[in-house]
Amino acid sequence: MLDLDEIDRALVRALAQDMSASAGALGRALGLSQPACWRRIKRLREAGVFRAARLDLDLEALSFGVTVFLGVKLATKGRVSLEDFERAVSAIPEVQTVEHVLGLYDYRLRVVARDLSDFERVLRRRIMALPGVGGLEANVLLSEEQRPGPI
Amino acid sequence: MLDDTDRRILRYMQSEPEAAMAILAERAGVTATTLSRRLDRMRDLGVLRGVRGEIHWPALGYAVEVSLRITLDKTQARAFDAFIAAAREVPEVIEIQTFLGSVDARLSVIARDMKHYQALYRERLLTLPHIADIEALMQVARVKSESRVPV
Repeated sequence: MLDLDEIDRALVRALAQDMSASAGALGRALGLSQPACWRRIKRLREAGVFRAARLDLDLEALSFGVTVFLGVKLATKGRVSLEDFERAVSAIPEVQTVEHVLGLYDYRLRVVARDLSDFERVLRRRIMALPGVGGLEANVLLSEEQRPGPI
Repeated sequence: MLDDTDRRILRYMQSEPEAAMAILAERAGVTATTLSRRLDRMRDLGVLRGVRGEIHWPALGYAVEVSLRITLDKTQARAFDAFIAAAREVPEVIEIQTFLGSVDARLSVIARDMKHYQALYRERLLTLPHIADIEALMQVARVKSESRVPV
């Protein structure tokens, strides 16, 4: 496991907020030279501390007003290939995330839509047309916040 | 508010948030000047908030991720607010969502291992206020994970 000191932790926190921050600016804020800061950032990135860089967009400003989480239970396990289902569901542009979970459902999907009638279209034409869908449960997202986590 | 050029820029940025500006301009078929003007405008409008880094917690020693679906006791007038405020105090809670549907809230919780998770669950999570029911979904795999929207 990666050994982090206080400065590394501060860097992880800062990069989580803004991946585009320069080594110079981050170094100045943390009392490091630009090259020293750059080396630390390189080490963190190479150790795989960041899974991905994400463009943070205001979905409502882009008129995606509705986010729905769908719990999907597959109908005929064993007969439907999980790979086929996963490939088909991942190809739907409105489906942002697909998680294979253990519990009440088999899959948990995050779906964005412009409004409820747009969501209905995605649900009927795309999701319900997927191979092997048995039960569905929908929860409309009201609020969401990302926390910094134990770093 | 956004035209086709803006949307095209956002599409390329979504697929490669860390691409250099020169490359982005070339892909989107605009000059560097146009690109920077468009980006500034979208930042001012609040559409484009920045580029965030998504932390890969296993690299930092947090191997377990659990999704807790929570039903709150709605006979308590301030159940949502009190629950969310208390959940924010737990550092291992990395995401808090609220819903309209069959569950009221969901927490993403990370832990170093199952023993750590057990301790967190008993001492910090079950003790959160106004919980009527709680149910855990263990993540098996992340099949698709994108913040991308079909702009």
